[in-house]
Amino acid sequence: MTINGWIQILVFCGIVALLVKPLGGYMTRVFGGERTLLSWIFAPVERGLYALAGTSEREEQHWTTYAAALLFFNLAGFLLLYLLQRFQGALPFNPAGMTAVPPELAFNTAASFMTNTNWQNYGGESTMSYLVQMAGLTVQNFVSAATGIAIAIALIRGFSRASVKSIGNFWIDLTRVTLYILLPLCVVLTLVYVYLGVPQTLGAYVEATTLEGAQQTIALGPVASQIAIKMLGTNGGGFFNANAAHPFENPDAISNLIQMVSIFAIGAALTNVFGRMVGNERQGWAIFATMAVLFLAGVVVCYWAEAAGNPLVHALGLEGGNMEGKEVRFGISLSALFAVITTAASCGAVNAMHDSFTALGGLIPLINMQLGEIIVGGVGAGFYGILLFVVLAIFVAGLMVGRTPEYLGKKIEAKEVKMAVLAILCLPLAMLVLTAIAVVLPDAVASIANPGPHGFSEILYAYTSAAANNGSALGGLTGNTAWYNITLGIAILMGRFLVIIPALAVAGSLVAKKTVPASAGTFPTDGALFVGLLSGVILIVGGLTFFPVLAVGPIVEHLAMLLGQTF
Amino acid sequence: MSQSKTTSILDARILIPAIGDAFRKLNPKTLARNPVMFVVAVVSALTTFLLVRDLIAGGGNIGFSFQIVVWLWLTVLFANFAEAVAEGRGKAQAESLRRTRTETQAKLLKGDDIRNVKIVPGTSLKVGDVVLVEAGDIIPSDGEVIEGVASVNEAAITGESAPVIRESGGDRSAVTGGTQVLSDWIRVRITAASGSTFIDRMIALVEGAERQKTPNEIALNILLAGMTLIFVLATATIPSFATYAGGYIPVLILVALFVTLIPTTIGALLSAIGIAGMDRLVRFNVLAMSGRAVEAAGDVDTLLLDKTGTITLGNRQATEFKPVRGVTEQELADAAQLASLADETPEGRSIVVLAKEKYGIRARDMASLHANFVPFTAQSRMSGVDFDGSSIRKGAVDAVLQHIDRAAVATANGTASVIVREPQVAREVQAIADEIAKAGGTPLAVVKDGRLLGVVHLKDIVKGGIKERFAELRRMGIRTVMITGDNPMTAAAIAAEAGVDDFLAQATPENKLSLIREEQAKGKLVAMCGDGTNDAPALAQADVGVAMNTGTVAAREAGNMVDLDSDPTKLIEIVEIGKQLLMTRGALTTFSIANDVAKYFAIIPAMFLAFYPQLGALNIMGLQTPESAILSAIIFNALIIVALIPLSLKGVKYRPIGAGALLSRNLLVYGLGGIIVPFIGIKLIDVVLTTLGLA
Repeated sequence: MTINGWIQILVFCGIVALLVKPLGGYMTRVFGGERTLLSWIFAPVERGLYALAGTSEREEQHWTTYAAALLFFNLAGFLLLYLLQRFQGALPFNPAGMTAVPPELAFNTAASFMTNTNWQNYGGESTMSYLVQMAGLTVQNFVSAATGIAIAIALIRGFSRASVKSIGNFWIDLTRVTLYILLPLCVVLTLVYVYLGVPQTLGAYVEATTLEGAQQTIALGPVASQIAIKMLGTNGGGFFNANAAHPFENPDAISNLIQMVSIFAIGAALTNVFGRMVGNERQGWAIFATMAVLFLAGVVVCYWAEAAGNPLVHALGLEGGNMEGKEVRFGISLSALFAVITTAASCGAVNAMHDSFTALGGLIPLINMQLGEIIVGGVGAGFYGILLFVVLAIFVAGLMVGRTPEYLGKKIEAKEVKMAVLAILCLPLAMLVLTAIAVVLPDAVASIANPGPHGFSEILYAYTSAAANNGSALGGLTGNTAWYNITLGIAILMGRFLVIIPALAVAGSLVAKKTVPASAGTFPTDGALFVGLLSGVILIVGGLTFFPVLAVGPIVEHLAMLLGQTF
Repeated sequence: MSQSKTTSILDARILIPAIGDAFRKLNPKTLARNPVMFVVAVVSALTTFLLVRDLIAGGGNIGFSFQIVVWLWLTVLFANFAEAVAEGRGKAQAESLRRTRTETQAKLLKGDDIRNVKIVPGTSLKVGDVVLVEAGDIIPSDGEVIEGVASVNEAAITGESAPVIRESGGDRSAVTGGTQVLSDWIRVRITAASGSTFIDRMIALVEGAERQKTPNEIALNILLAGMTLIFVLATATIPSFATYAGGYIPVLILVALFVTLIPTTIGALLSAIGIAGMDRLVRFNVLAMSGRAVEAAGDVDTLLLDKTGTITLGNRQATEFKPVRGVTEQELADAAQLASLADETPEGRSIVVLAKEKYGIRARDMASLHANFVPFTAQSRMSGVDFDGSSIRKGAVDAVLQHIDRAAVATANGTASVIVREPQVAREVQAIADEIAKAGGTPLAVVKDGRLLGVVHLKDIVKGGIKERFAELRRMGIRTVMITGDNPMTAAAIAAEAGVDDFLAQATPENKLSLIREEQAKGKLVAMCGDGTNDAPALAQADVGVAMNTGTVAAREAGNMVDLDSDPTKLIEIVEIGKQLLMTRGALTTFSIANDVAKYFAIIPAMFLAFYPQLGALNIMGLQTPESAILSAIIFNALIIVALIPLSLKGVKYRPIGAGALLSRNLLVYGLGGIIVPFIGIKLIDVVLTTLGLA
């Protein structure tokens, strides 16, 4: 580890922390329907859209209606994306002449992009036409992010409103997030990326003759616009197969910093939106602090493990940390930092090969995802995820102060506990059970690149990433088989909707409750005690669930490495 | 006192039958009530089957398997035992209650004539029947006195041997079946049929037969079931991971890991905690009609307390004589004492006492003075004496002033006495009275032969230590509201002296009810106690309504708790017991989950040793052999249940130190402690096992 490495990490943290308040304030005004800087452009558009859809700002939805609208919208998006892929050969904007995507892969990709996962069992430049990339994938990048944020806002309303039935209107939330937050930020970011050298063209791929005289096809496309939303919306699906390690996607340290910040920006700002909406910004900061503690712990371990490198390599006389699979322009600290960020948030973009990380360095991304990506998390998804953990933590701890547990004045009772448990249960269900099946199926095992615990980790990582809606891959695993396309698609859908529905149910149940005023008997949820408690519950619940599987994966691999054995 | 409590937990009379009950509770129907322990019983049965198969077919490590199976069953039995001990304590109480319910004969009345009685068995009485109960009779069933006054021995339910008065009308009309009339006779209208009387309900409650899971317990059960499911997933997937690694893990070891991981500690003790909570109330002579009420008590935000008897001593006492100008204190004291000599009310007696202590005025004999006592009536609102042609009256200031006016009119009409109302004296008396009222006292004007002498200052005496109690409640986050019939000025002064947060002056049943509704609309839970029929609506509306046992039937029906000692101060203890119940659940849940960390470190390395020997590095406790590691974990898991039975029965101590401090304290003890203790415990068991050569 170097001073320079730490300075880069701290610069990143500082920028994110500074953005929380202004962005949070702006977003709160957007969700409240208040006038903002951009209202003069978008307010007429917004009204036009509502008129077209036959709804109005005043129309509010019960949680079941909200959920139904969301499911319907996602299903439509899924079908559209599936059909676009299947028929891309007959559709315009296809200069490279891509043919129809096979059904399993199209299913996997549609499920993946509709849910903000962006797991890619394909190389973008060799599979998808420009039309699919722009009208299919990029559109889903926007609306899947907007969907996540809408759910987070709906759940926040469960706490901020009292004794009412409605948790907001899905269509309005979706429209506002897209128009006022995602679009304008992406326009700015796209221009910045273009300035930094990221291509943005509808032209055909470029043929070049190398110095050796070989012919090379250089893939291009509308890259910058997709990268903007890919990071800001924590989608992570790269335009190119190499994702953010590709110099056209992520040319230099500045673009890398902007991309890292944009992954965290909205998710972190949501904590402030929460604080403002419940009338006490400190509540938001407490959750932000919990995320920060868990994040920094991950960064320290990951950076340390990567910087320490492999003792077996050192024995061969090669000094230094683990540079295998890393881009020299980013180095160890920014690669480790990026890996922790992308898995803490459910982004999934990568600027280094996670497969080549040391066992412990690769353990951190795995744990980040297994905890449910609640450290900042996917836009919206991370926030409603951590609120479900808050429900659990408050329930157990609240009892210990001798009262029916309450959070922000809302009593946490059987219904909320049931829903939180259901949501938390779905992750091990998808991650562990599917991994357990895959590791004993010869066909599935045949896809791995390395034997032993490392190959095990490859499969575990794939299902973990899918169920957590992350989308990053450890690599090594050949995912484009019928088995993985279908089962990973299922894991993706479980990880998304089996959390969303309970989260909205909790919102619906909370919103109907009275708000009990705080007293000396209610324990404060905006201080260090709460931060410690919440971090502890997250680590213990997550740790207990995944300890065995981690033991036979990365942990045994690490211990074996110390004993001189590699896989 | 605390000595007897500790011994009662370890009382052999309860422990020995509980062992038998622990086996009886293996009945699947009983076990199914507790999902966590049911799952343990199912996997224990599975391992027993596997053991038997190995015994017949040979193979396997029989000695090791046998020990695992034994300890698995012991885990279930210990859980049953904990519940049985908790129930046993209630059963002992129920037994003594049941003895009072022996077959009684009732004197059924036909019509209004009390000589027309028919002797019937007490059990045949119906609601609405009217019975005659005479001295020496046992009251056959719950009812309401409709005629007569009697002293009743209620020791059967309250444990208090001093008799109490029960009379028709007013707030002391309820009688309880099973209690005995000591003197006089009463006519009682039966209000509860046999089998649903107060004592029947008490028996059912203390036995736990009627125990239903409370809302909070249900929520906790969901969490525990969820944790169990998570661990099903975590352990059931291990064999496949082992297969991938080319190894094999016996079912027995998977079961051992599973049972140690699922929250057996809290699962085993959960119902014992609930029963013990109710039991603590019963020991306190408070009957909760439902567990829900006990839980609600822990959540109370606002406490409505009657001033009289709760905040102040029941009686006001004379503390000062304040004469008007031209009258000496001695003179006023003398007159006031004379007026009070025959006044048996506590206020009257306190005047006599004060006159003697402060002015040396001795008691005089009423008869030798030829004095005639004029008692207090609701109309005159005064009392006093008439003797030798002169009259002294004392009473509420406005009543006394009115009395003078009336007397003046009477004089003008005839007799020659010189009773003249002097306006400036009346104003002076009024001024003194206002001053006393402002200070929280009650002014009592004294008039002799139409001449105002002055005012006696009667003072409400705030109970010693009550201010500290209220400060304690405030630290618990509970707001106290004093309810009083006094005027706002007096109420404010007493409220300030007692340190309550708020008061409701000139309280009527209606504004009491609306106060409760107002608080509830703000999302607060309200507790109150009451005894009169007019308290019934408020008792029913309150989240925790404690009815006094001396109260009316209506009040007892409306409340969800009955205080057998009729001591309204107990509300505070009731709140503490409610909090204790919730805290104990939370603490043991935390402890149970925190325990898992050590169990993983014991079992995971042992489990994978055959094919991933590298994981031996995780054996940080240095457990001797894989068998010993697994056995130690499962033995610890079983023994910790037994070790925590006393805590679950006694409850985690509640300290009014504020929620934040309380939480960090409990997190430290049960969270951090829960992580550390099993590391030590498992290591110790490992040492013992290997020393004994058991593994």
